[in-house]
Amino acid sequence: MSTNILLYKITLLLYFASTVLYLIDVIGRRTETGKIGRWILVGGLVTHCATVATRYVATGHTPVVNLHESLSFFALAIVAIFLIFDFRYRLTILGAFSCPLALIMMIIGAAATTPSPTINPALESWWFPVHVLLAFTGDAVFAVAAIAGVMYLMQERMLKSKRFSALYYRMPSLDILDSINYKCLTFGFPLMTMGIISGAIWAHSAWGGYWRWDPKETWALITWFIYAALLHARLSVGWRGRRAAILAIVGFLCVLFTFLGVNFLLSDLHSFRTMQGG
Amino acid sequence: MSAKNRSFVDHIWEFFCSLKLAIITLILLAVTSIIGTVIQQGKPAQEYIQEYGESTYKLFLALDFVDMYHSWWFLTLLNVFAINLICCSIKRLPRILKLVREPNRVAEDGLYRTLSNFEEIVTSASLQDVSRKAQEYVTKNFGKPDVTEQDGKVYLFAQKTAWARFGVYVTHISILIIFVGAIMGNVWGYKAYVNVVEGTSTDEVWPRSGKEPIKLGFEVRCDRFAVEYYPGSTRPKEFTSDLVVLENGQEILKKTIEVNDPLSYKGITFYQSSYGQMGDAQFIFKVTERETGTTKEVRARRGEMISLPGGGGFRVVDFTEQFQNFGAAARIEVVPELDHDHKPGEKHASFVVLKAFPEFDSRRGGKYIFSLQDFKQKYYTGLQVAKDPGVWVVWLGCFLMVVGSMSAFFLSHRRVWLTIQPVDDKTGIKVGASAHRNQPAFEIYFDEFKKNLKTELSE
Repeated sequence: MSTNILLYKITLLLYFASTVLYLIDVIGRRTETGKIGRWILVGGLVTHCATVATRYVATGHTPVVNLHESLSFFALAIVAIFLIFDFRYRLTILGAFSCPLALIMMIIGAAATTPSPTINPALESWWFPVHVLLAFTGDAVFAVAAIAGVMYLMQERMLKSKRFSALYYRMPSLDILDSINYKCLTFGFPLMTMGIISGAIWAHSAWGGYWRWDPKETWALITWFIYAALLHARLSVGWRGRRAAILAIVGFLCVLFTFLGVNFLLSDLHSFRTMQGG
Repeated sequence: MSAKNRSFVDHIWEFFCSLKLAIITLILLAVTSIIGTVIQQGKPAQEYIQEYGESTYKLFLALDFVDMYHSWWFLTLLNVFAINLICCSIKRLPRILKLVREPNRVAEDGLYRTLSNFEEIVTSASLQDVSRKAQEYVTKNFGKPDVTEQDGKVYLFAQKTAWARFGVYVTHISILIIFVGAIMGNVWGYKAYVNVVEGTSTDEVWPRSGKEPIKLGFEVRCDRFAVEYYPGSTRPKEFTSDLVVLENGQEILKKTIEVNDPLSYKGITFYQSSYGQMGDAQFIFKVTERETGTTKEVRARRGEMISLPGGGGFRVVDFTEQFQNFGAAARIEVVPELDHDHKPGEKHASFVVLKAFPEFDSRRGGKYIFSLQDFKQKYYTGLQVAKDPGVWVVWLGCFLMVVGSMSAFFLSHRRVWLTIQPVDDKTGIKVGASAHRNQPAFEIYFDEFKKNLKTELSE
């Protein structure tokens, strides 16, 4: 386990460095630091993948069974999705928001390390990696949508009050932010749908029921309803901008609650304790 | 009167066709679903009374909060959702069908004005030349166009992936299909459980709700149950049961099931779900009398006093399959003389014998040396039994939902129109195009398309 902890720490440091560089870039308006930050982040992504791979080898199961592993995996997904968006839109400011988010998850994850967990036999299924991969990638895409939503609201506020902070000059136009909102939706929604379906297939093979209204499932469905509402509001009623941004933020808060709140506040099959068969 | 009636029906129809209703229903479903995640569902009455008090529990009962996902009001919401989906599709589908099957092949100025991708080209070449070149160009770079000649003008129209328009409807219908599958499962299926002791069989199972057992119509026998633990812990790593399906005493089907790998027969599926010990374990010890060196094999159950050669006796007071990291272990109490007066509360020396270390007990230095040869613990296997004839309908719905939503988001219905007409002594070409998804990318494509068209025509 020691190599994987070492790699985890290196990843955390790299994320920390790129967060700092991104923030200097955005607040201090030094574009060259953002470029360095991006490369460091790519390095962080590589070591992060290595972290997950070594953990898989060391534990013999898909490493998403406890809080530490799940936070790490979520952070990995966010960084990967951000870099894909960055490749397309070259948005340093998006990095200044996504990197700290991933960093916070990594720091909490570091505090929540548990020695080699034992897992519930139900997790010994090929549907497990498929399910978590789809679910977390979808969640990460929604995280980017929420970040774009926050930027949209901030920028709109600055425009209305005519008080512009340093951030303003680095923000993409409202139009681009709105199109990111839509793009995220078109990728996040099918991913989330497939995440829920793969979970249903897996549950059916393990317990004989594809749907049992356990809190995690229900919260995933609640989140799905919210995004479905946002989608229809956008595509058919013509909601744009502000309202779409707010719904994207509400949707992501639901994602976070599905991911963390359910485990800590409600009891169900997905809680890390049950996963470890205790 | 009839006009009034008609307008009332129209109102209802409009209400169920509206997208506002769809959005409101989705949000209502989301918000109400929270209740069932906060209040645990389907628990015995005492648990609610203990946690919330009697009066709150009565309120919960009145509002169906203790089984809300099956309550009349939640089902009503789902029904409204379904009717809304059906009405929206009925209203919009004919228009889309017409759009795809009978597209507007003859583009007039009115159409071009609505297109954001539009260009006009004027060239000195003849109308016939331009028409031929344009047809070749569109065929090569987009798709074979429909040609209409009318009033001295030539109209070209071509479209691609028109069926992408149906992605949305496939997604909507998939939801209805999933609903149908779920209803089939509820009406014709059941969820039950049964515990089968190793070596025995059963032909009935117990439903989750209800007291009467359900007859299977065949028998299921458990030949063997096995559980494997994580080293040094009592947490199960994997557990399996060897099941046999019997019909009229004939073995029909054999399978070793484990978690995630069930057995199915005649639409009924048996899932490995739990296990437990059945009765006391039987232990087999080898006991050696130190003085004489005579060895004897003895069988014992927990708590049973067993006499030993030389007048002594022993019993097993405790047993675990996993003693720290050493595996199976029994705690033994030895009585030096069996027939001595046993005083109440009298304690005898007790010690632990490990199955993995048969030589270990000789170092204890007692009158007898014990080694645990083997133990036989009967288990029962806990099976979830499910019959769900709707499950394949649900999977079909899920498949269509994935396919439908993917094509709705990522496939774009693209159309190109050209109108070629004489302008004074020259030839004018109007070209316009539209895409129903991903317009920015299509704009880039169209810019290239019209630029190349211009060079092609000027040659």
